[in-house]
Amino acid sequence: MNASAQKAVDKQKAGEVKEVTLVEAVNMALAWEMEHDEHVVVLGEDIATNGGVFRATVGLKERFGFKRVMDTPLAENLIAGTAIGMATQGLRPVAEFQFMGFIYAGMEQIVSHAARMRNRTRGRLHCPLVYRAPFGGGIHAPEHHSESTEALFAHVPGLRVVIPSSPQRAYGLLLAAIRNPDPVVFLEPKRIYRAVTQSVADNGEALPLDTCYTLREGDDVTLISWGASILETLQAADKLAEQGISTEVIDVATISPLDRETLLCSVAKTGRAVIVHEACRNGGVGAEIAASIAEAAFLDLQAPIVRVTGYDTIMPYYRNEQAYLPHVEDIVEAVEQVIAL
Amino acid sequence: MKELHEFHVDSTRYLDDHGKPLGDLPTQARDLHRTLAAYRHMVLIRTFDSKTIALQRTGKCGTYPSVLGHEVIGTAVGQSMAKTDVLVPYYRDQAAHILRGVSLKEMLLYWGGDERGSSWENCREDLPIAVPIATQCCHAVGVASAFRIRGEDRAVVCCVGDGGTSKGDFLESINLAGAWHLPVVFVVINNQWAISTPRSIQCGAETIAQKAIGAGLPGHIVDGNDYFSVTEAIEYALERAHGGKGASVIEAVTYRLGDHTTADDATRYRDAEELKKAWEKDGVKRLQNYLHDSGHWDADQEKQLQADCRETVETAVEEYLAMEPEPPTAMMDYLFETLPAALHDQRDRLADKHRARSGQGGGA
Repeated sequence: MNASAQKAVDKQKAGEVKEVTLVEAVNMALAWEMEHDEHVVVLGEDIATNGGVFRATVGLKERFGFKRVMDTPLAENLIAGTAIGMATQGLRPVAEFQFMGFIYAGMEQIVSHAARMRNRTRGRLHCPLVYRAPFGGGIHAPEHHSESTEALFAHVPGLRVVIPSSPQRAYGLLLAAIRNPDPVVFLEPKRIYRAVTQSVADNGEALPLDTCYTLREGDDVTLISWGASILETLQAADKLAEQGISTEVIDVATISPLDRETLLCSVAKTGRAVIVHEACRNGGVGAEIAASIAEAAFLDLQAPIVRVTGYDTIMPYYRNEQAYLPHVEDIVEAVEQVIAL
Repeated sequence: MKELHEFHVDSTRYLDDHGKPLGDLPTQARDLHRTLAAYRHMVLIRTFDSKTIALQRTGKCGTYPSVLGHEVIGTAVGQSMAKTDVLVPYYRDQAAHILRGVSLKEMLLYWGGDERGSSWENCREDLPIAVPIATQCCHAVGVASAFRIRGEDRAVVCCVGDGGTSKGDFLESINLAGAWHLPVVFVVINNQWAISTPRSIQCGAETIAQKAIGAGLPGHIVDGNDYFSVTEAIEYALERAHGGKGASVIEAVTYRLGDHTTADDATRYRDAEELKKAWEKDGVKRLQNYLHDSGHWDADQEKQLQADCRETVETAVEEYLAMEPEPPTAMMDYLFETLPAALHDQRDRLADKHRARSGQGGGA
């Protein structure tokens, strides 16, 4: 093989590097896996011909055909349950819920069947499926289109709940979710669907689930977040650095099961923790993280754990959504508060 | 006004309440061997049922839903399905499960509070018992979609009660089955009661079968205590499904002769006279009469069958009672394919606690 041919092969192996947004990375991961695993099928409302309302599935029907890319009737409970039946047959369905606000009709199927199938049949049947849903506020969407209710799913044994916060992690984590032999609720932060682009190698390489990602190392405070709030958390970290405060930023990524180890190691080093999430505070995943730190690392703490979250109220319509969402200043203030102690 | 479409719902019945043929019987009735096997199976299931209720009453089994009055339908389902078809059951399909290959011991384990009761050595692709009402209908169309995607000549039979047809799961699933032309047979076992709610206030439609029409499917009513009617309807619907002609809904009309479950007391809401009348239509007795009248069954055979069934059931009960519970750690071992690191601590604590309190291994 001559040098240029070898180079072409190497390039293909390494995967074409593309500059993509988060939603394009989702599309890339779906296309890669459908290309390489004939068991992967996608289903949902408006996902085939229209390519999804956010275009996450655009082009898939043309490439893989309507048998593997299915527009369903408008019934979320049906989508959740149909995917379960498919999964018990060895397919790997990726079902899209158009918005997280509409996933609740499928709750019974997700909680009472998808999460339990392996356990209740003692492994005879299982559900290797992914439920995708865009979530979170900040895009001036109508009522029911902006909530962050990830904690509802994190509370359910048998489910994995995975949330990417960048194009690279969207690609790698979605591949891992599809290949995972158990059900995964994959929540996509739609506020950052197109906020940034990143170079992503389309090489089919998955990223590990069940682990936190340390995005920035630091010594004074551990900042813990996931999803779209990672954006503000990183911006806050930059501002704090200008003030001479060194922060460690951790993207939880898999909010259930929770990688407590990484969080505890970081808090052992910094002695301070600030948790940032868009969801309501009451019973949120931040509460579980705070409790875990308090239980296992109380003596490492030099200050109380602080949460920067949405309010315990109904997500306001978009004229007031910015007043609800945690902002960079809120995170900076929280860090200043714990540093002062 | 112009009439655009006309719809109809048929019903069939071949045997009267006493087992006397009302006219020509369907071709299935020519298979005497199969008819005798069906009767023997119904008696076995009825024996199993009364024994399981007795076990529950003496603290040896958990809450259990009696199959009394549903034996004919389940037997016809179990006999008509091909081995490679998939059964998607509700929770009163004992007769079908056993014919599919589930053992009596496994059935007892399930209702006796042991998850191994759904691990099934045979019929590995059949869905487990579904307790949340009608949820299984969505799984049925998912399984059927998988067959269609892979181009396999297989079909699904999905059972659901009359109460279940009020739920979105049923309506959404028959709707999809119609839209996608899926190989599914929905068998609605209309036993007139959803716990204490009678059929009359479950739904305002004249029949349940007509719900099929709104989904673009044929709906057919059969006498659920007439073995020949049920068998013919299910075989025909399965033939359609296998032949690429899509899904069907069969409403099999019967009566729940027992309580909803052992935790229920139907005398609170049901008239004794109504129950007495329902017993007169009993499908098991009806088939026995038919076999007797046609010279294929006698008192000695009946006596022998009863004894055989009792022995079979007793053996299964002994096997069930002899099984030790799983170690407590089993509650975590099947949650995921591989237990996530985050849960190792909890599993270890569970094992340690069990070891300390029982002096046993704990399965760790």
